[in-house]
Amino acid sequence: MDNQRRKFLKMAGATALAGISAPAVVKLTASPALASSAPAGHGAATQDSHAQPAAHGEEAPKGVRLGLLIDMRKLYGKPELMDKAIAACNKVHNIPHYDDRKNEIKWIWKTPFENAFVDQSVYHSSKETKENDFLVLCNHCDEPPCVRVCPTKATFRDEKNGIVAMDYHRCIGCRFCMMGCPYGARSFNWFDPRDNIKEYNPKFPTRMRGVVEKCNFCGERLAEGLEPACLEAIKETGAIVFGDINDPNSEISQVLAKEHTIQRNSSLGTKPSVFYIV
Amino acid sequence: MYNKRTVIPGLAIFVLFVTLPLWYNGLSAGPIPKPELPPNGTKECVAPASEMRDNHMVLLNEWRDSVLRESGRSSVSVGGKEYPKALQLACMECHSNKEKFCDDCHTYASVKPYCWDCHLTPVEAASKKETH
Amino acid sequence: MIEKALKGNSAYWMWLAFLSAFIAVGAICYLRQFFIGMGLTGMGRDLSWGLYISQFTFLVGVAAGGLMLVLPYYIHNYKVFGRITILGEFLAIAALIMCLMFIMADIGQPLRGLNMILHPTPNSMLFWDMVVLLGYLSLNLICGWVILTAEKKQVKPPKWVYIFVYISIPFAVSIHTVTAMLYCGLPGRHFWLSAITAPRFLASAFAAGPALIVIFCLIMKRVANFDAGKEAINKLTTIIMYAALINAFFVCLEFFVGWYSNIPGHKHALEYLFFGLEHGGHVYNNLVPFMWTSVFLCFGGLLLFGYMKIAKIDNDLLVGLGCLAIFIALWLDKGLGFVFGGLAVNPLNEVTEYYPTANEIGITLGIWAFGFALVTILYKVAIKVEQEVEGH
Repeated sequence: MDNQRRKFLKMAGATALAGISAPAVVKLTASPALASSAPAGHGAATQDSHAQPAAHGEEAPKGVRLGLLIDMRKLYGKPELMDKAIAACNKVHNIPHYDDRKNEIKWIWKTPFENAFVDQSVYHSSKETKENDFLVLCNHCDEPPCVRVCPTKATFRDEKNGIVAMDYHRCIGCRFCMMGCPYGARSFNWFDPRDNIKEYNPKFPTRMRGVVEKCNFCGERLAEGLEPACLEAIKETGAIVFGDINDPNSEISQVLAKEHTIQRNSSLGTKPSVFYIV
Repeated sequence: MYNKRTVIPGLAIFVLFVTLPLWYNGLSAGPIPKPELPPNGTKECVAPASEMRDNHMVLLNEWRDSVLRESGRSSVSVGGKEYPKALQLACMECHSNKEKFCDDCHTYASVKPYCWDCHLTPVEAASKKETH
Repeated sequence: MIEKALKGNSAYWMWLAFLSAFIAVGAICYLRQFFIGMGLTGMGRDLSWGLYISQFTFLVGVAAGGLMLVLPYYIHNYKVFGRITILGEFLAIAALIMCLMFIMADIGQPLRGLNMILHPTPNSMLFWDMVVLLGYLSLNLICGWVILTAEKKQVKPPKWVYIFVYISIPFAVSIHTVTAMLYCGLPGRHFWLSAITAPRFLASAFAAGPALIVIFCLIMKRVANFDAGKEAINKLTTIIMYAALINAFFVCLEFFVGWYSNIPGHKHALEYLFFGLEHGGHVYNNLVPFMWTSVFLCFGGLLLFGYMKIAKIDNDLLVGLGCLAIFIALWLDKGLGFVFGGLAVNPLNEVTEYYPTANEIGITLGIWAFGFALVTILYKVAIKVEQEVEGH
């Protein structure tokens, strides 16, 4: 009697354990899951860059890689233009407003040069550099550390367009991506965001408490043939250019070919897709 | 069996306790909910009503993964009509009566989908409208 | 065997009741956090990991520290640790359960925790940390329980259990290595981006874990009539000394790299922790007193042990004080300094200081109290079994 009960309990325990770990084993052995954890396109890109290590950061373009260029020359002395772009983003994406730094949520914001470009010298910097703020946002890196560290693939790089996207349905709120991101581009919903949204954009969802959020390069607007909201808000200045940096004929590629641009923290090897003319 | 006198009545009490909700409601499941049809008079959906009733949650999950994770933002075409793959932008366009459509059944079945933590119902979307 | 925990004197029950009060407060604080939001903590956008993760990191070390008992006993057949090896295994169980509780307290969507298993992601170190922590927990549960059961029946433990014992040894190393890898592979976090992080974690773990076990042994000698034996305690304090010294050596190496290379990013966190960091006309130094306390306690404990060993003094109180000093020193170093220091300067070179809130501290104390209660119960079972067997 006693022996049988022990046997039963052992069996039940083993079965429960197997049941719990089964989904993980199945997922790990099924090939699509493996493919998405080590994306094929990604692998190819890194191989290319390994093949020619001397050509720092050069690689054979592969597929669409959306990028954004900010021509700061057109924004110097006009912080109201930057505010306009930021406000447009906040409104379109139902971003809550908090007064304190601690709970702040921001997809695109302005910050002094020394904070935006931490590895650039600010010794004897020009008047313009000193007196102006710079627009910063998620860099939609080609080698995103946030994606590397996410334990649930809630954040991932979209292989079709290079956007580093968030799946809010899956995020467990561990904030590891905020640790991984060297650009401070991610915000966590410490409280229910809805209490701090003044007016809703009825075409876009809000987020919920306990998930991380960030710029999505306006993926939802691109699908409708629209341009990113920040670009559209200050379109007349031409300060923001958006497009496929892998397509040599795109507007952004042509500007990149003509002008000297810099990127934020490029020494970290994240391969940002956001460029600056300063 | 050991302790027959305590175990059997104990089991009986346990079974009674667990099935208490059944007895409490007099073995009746209560009135079956009748979700309200779209106020705008639409009769067609992306799938027949019976299929939607059974599998709308599966469809929503598929749409979600397709739109968010596979860039499949193109709309679906059913019976000559285009539907964007979206809860807020497609379903709620016709079923603008979430309280009388979704909630009616969900409350009855005691399921609490977290859709509405993020997605705005028409009523909520209108509650904080542009003022200018 | 668990029935052994249900019989105890009034001091035993008073102690558990005392801990339960903290557990209850912690539970209430957690419910508040669950229903209102993580905003009740002192964490924020710039400093988005805090007390929970730092306690988690420290406790992984305490769990791994049991290795310093298991390895000599099972690999080197060091019989002196025979009576206390089980204590190391049971301490690991309690520490790992605390770790899992801290993780659950820290994530914003605890109900979605299983996504880690439903969507396994091998490129995330957090995934591997889950794997090794659950693995080590299972191994300790199996080994601890089977060996204690065998001891109770006064038979030899079944042979198969030794396979698990031997597997648990590399697992103990792996839990702390992978936990270090959560930190040391992040670009833009200079203080953590150091290959010495994992060895440093292990060194401090191999001092902190045994120090806690020695303290527990000395307490149990007084209250439970359980004597670990002089030789065992002596050997443990030697292990603690070496491990704490190696940890201190590694910290000094971090100082050398920062100051000699003179790279600001490498210096910032250490400056903030030990001297105060000046930034924008304000000096940020809220952890300076804690870090110097840590330094003095660590070297104080080491000198005390050194003196006792040279002068051949044997005094339980002094041994206990030394262990306590070193344990607190390492807790301040890893349980506070390592995580908060690494986060004070964010990747945009903005400085933020962290002050945990009362609610957050309530949850943290609650989990610690739960851990102590768990250790008390597990140790009670272990000791009662050993005493029963020896009484025959």
